[in-house]
Amino acid sequence: MALLQISEPGMSAAPHQHKLAVGIDLGTTNSLVATVRSGLSNVINDEHGHALLPSVVHYVEDGNIDVGFSAQKQQNLDPHNTIVSVKRFMGRGLKDLDVSQLPYRFTETSGMVQIETRAGIKTPVEISAEILKVLKTRAENTLGGELVGAVITVPAYFDDAQRQATKDAARLAGINVLRLLNEPTAAAVAYGLDNASEGIYVIYDLGGGTFDISILKLSKGVFEVLATNGDSALGGDDFDHRIFCWILESAKLTPRNAHDTRLLLSKAREAKEWLTEHAEANISCLLSDGEFVNLTLTTAEFIAFTENLVQKTLSPTRKAMRDAGLTVEEINGVVMVGGATRMPQVRKTVAEYFKQTLLTNLDPDKVVALGAAIQANILAGNKSDEDLLLLDVIPLSLGLETYGGLTERVIHRNSTLPVARAQEFTTYKDGQTAMSIHVVQGERELVSDCRSLARFELRGIPPMVAGAARIRVTFTVDADGLLSVSARETSTNVEAHIAVKPSYGLSEDEITNMLKASFNSAEADKKARMLAEARVAAGAILEAVAMALSTDSALISVEEKQAIEAEMQRLALLKETQDDDAIHKAVEALNHATEAFAAARMNASVSRALAGKNLQDINL
Amino acid sequence: MAITLTDTAAKRVETFLANRGKGIGLRLGVKTTGCSGMAYTLEFVDTLNDEDTAFESKGVKIIVDPKSLVYIDGTELDFTKEGLNEGFKFRNPNVKDECGCGESFTV
Repeated sequence: MALLQISEPGMSAAPHQHKLAVGIDLGTTNSLVATVRSGLSNVINDEHGHALLPSVVHYVEDGNIDVGFSAQKQQNLDPHNTIVSVKRFMGRGLKDLDVSQLPYRFTETSGMVQIETRAGIKTPVEISAEILKVLKTRAENTLGGELVGAVITVPAYFDDAQRQATKDAARLAGINVLRLLNEPTAAAVAYGLDNASEGIYVIYDLGGGTFDISILKLSKGVFEVLATNGDSALGGDDFDHRIFCWILESAKLTPRNAHDTRLLLSKAREAKEWLTEHAEANISCLLSDGEFVNLTLTTAEFIAFTENLVQKTLSPTRKAMRDAGLTVEEINGVVMVGGATRMPQVRKTVAEYFKQTLLTNLDPDKVVALGAAIQANILAGNKSDEDLLLLDVIPLSLGLETYGGLTERVIHRNSTLPVARAQEFTTYKDGQTAMSIHVVQGERELVSDCRSLARFELRGIPPMVAGAARIRVTFTVDADGLLSVSARETSTNVEAHIAVKPSYGLSEDEITNMLKASFNSAEADKKARMLAEARVAAGAILEAVAMALSTDSALISVEEKQAIEAEMQRLALLKETQDDDAIHKAVEALNHATEAFAAARMNASVSRALAGKNLQDINL
Repeated sequence: MAITLTDTAAKRVETFLANRGKGIGLRLGVKTTGCSGMAYTLEFVDTLNDEDTAFESKGVKIIVDPKSLVYIDGTELDFTKEGLNEGFKFRNPNVKDECGCGESFTV
């Protein structure tokens, strides 16, 4: 029978109506999926017990798409077709990125970057969707049902284009996005900080390849982002690399080939993890040229040569504190997120800086996903009403361009979502009949320093003297932080409206096409599976009949045997074709043709069993 | 007759209750729904109703309303793992038939 979970009082779902909702941490290095079961937030592991799914997508030669650990292994062997850290490209144009160090073949387009792979040109949205699909399947297999939706986390500094791209990726993966949630907010929720009435919290997130620091202020159930900062090229991998360099130096090795580099890097990583709980780590391995490396790394040495990496995290931290105008005494709690915060020296340094005990009792790799799952559970309606829904805020101010290339802010950053604000503008020339509205996002005064989101025109303004027209521009941001803008001339009610599809996002048509393509391939996938199943069934029956014929062919007439053999031959031939329907029919025909034979065999075996026995011997 | 928990089930319920931070026990019940007539419900308990019957098994308080008790008396609640999935399982001696998925049953 089905397995049950404990529900909140009065919230038991009817059978087949489970509201399964998950939280997804779509990370740069690793991704996770979590859900709330029996009132407890849990990360969902894959069938091998791994919670983390490396955010790596490999387009394999045979047309398959590999995601996770197996894809990670291909990173050095097939770099062009193995996409890592795709999150860095989400909603970004080529000019936003430093691609000189990357092995990918980028194609120049007006919008988001695209990567040329073996499987064709792929956008970051499509690549992220592959990661999300794997997590979705994992969740559905574990929870035994379809998901009603998911909360997906994004960095607090993600702008509109990057958020939109994340949402598009989810849509492409067939996931209904209940909400996009800021990663630091999710971490705070996982620690139940939202249960407190107010406070100021620091979220220190040192992941595999990125460092983010966020300062959140909680008041009346709303998390406000006071400041964010970070280093997009600093993470646990850098610590591995330091150990790797130390190994080369200590063992006096010359630069190595790709295989050895990989081997040594993985040994470095193991050593780093081992040192979290031990005083020294042994590093030993055999290199491809037969050279044997055997070293011992002590915690003291490790701390010494990674000291400046740890210090490097403090400068963005100080900047964020300065931006928020806070002193360390005002901080009510520090949440540690990301696997790299397990390193004792990191914890020590951060604790010393903030002069307090850190929140570390939840697994730092999982904390964001756990928080997202708690939100998803509430949004899906699995909790009683008394649990307040957490509100988020918009990360960057939204405004429009005014005369002289200046920004006029309409919605200020940290306004709680959803939000709508209107502002009145006017014409600046006599007889002006149209107005161009340029929507921008950012904190800077000059439009050229902000990110351009959209442009549209309001036409049909009656000719008036400059300053007489009243044009009301309304900005609306929905709960996911996505914007629509409308403009209306109040005396004539002429109106224009735009849902902001950020210029780096994908057009509706592009998304529809991608969705269609995924449906098409779903059909092909289904077909392939049916064919495979039909072939297995055919193989099984052929083997069984051949076996039966070889032992009991004496039971049937020569004609019967020939008829069966003819059917077998027909099936054997069909089995190699692509026609699963025909295979199924042939299996049935063979089944039918062997009915009499099967009955004869059954009789024979019963008589064999009974032969030479008295009635008393037979235990009826 | 009574309702009982297996050791693993009792342990899990205790953890869940502790993590939830409130609640006095576990409510087992049935409701008339589903493809085979009735379905089990499993909920945390914050308040007791007058007509409820309470049992105690391995230190966990189990609460059942009288209408449900008729259908599930004698049930043993277990916690098991099936592949990737894990959860509670009713071993109900009163069940005559279940629907294919086992989410609902008849007595």
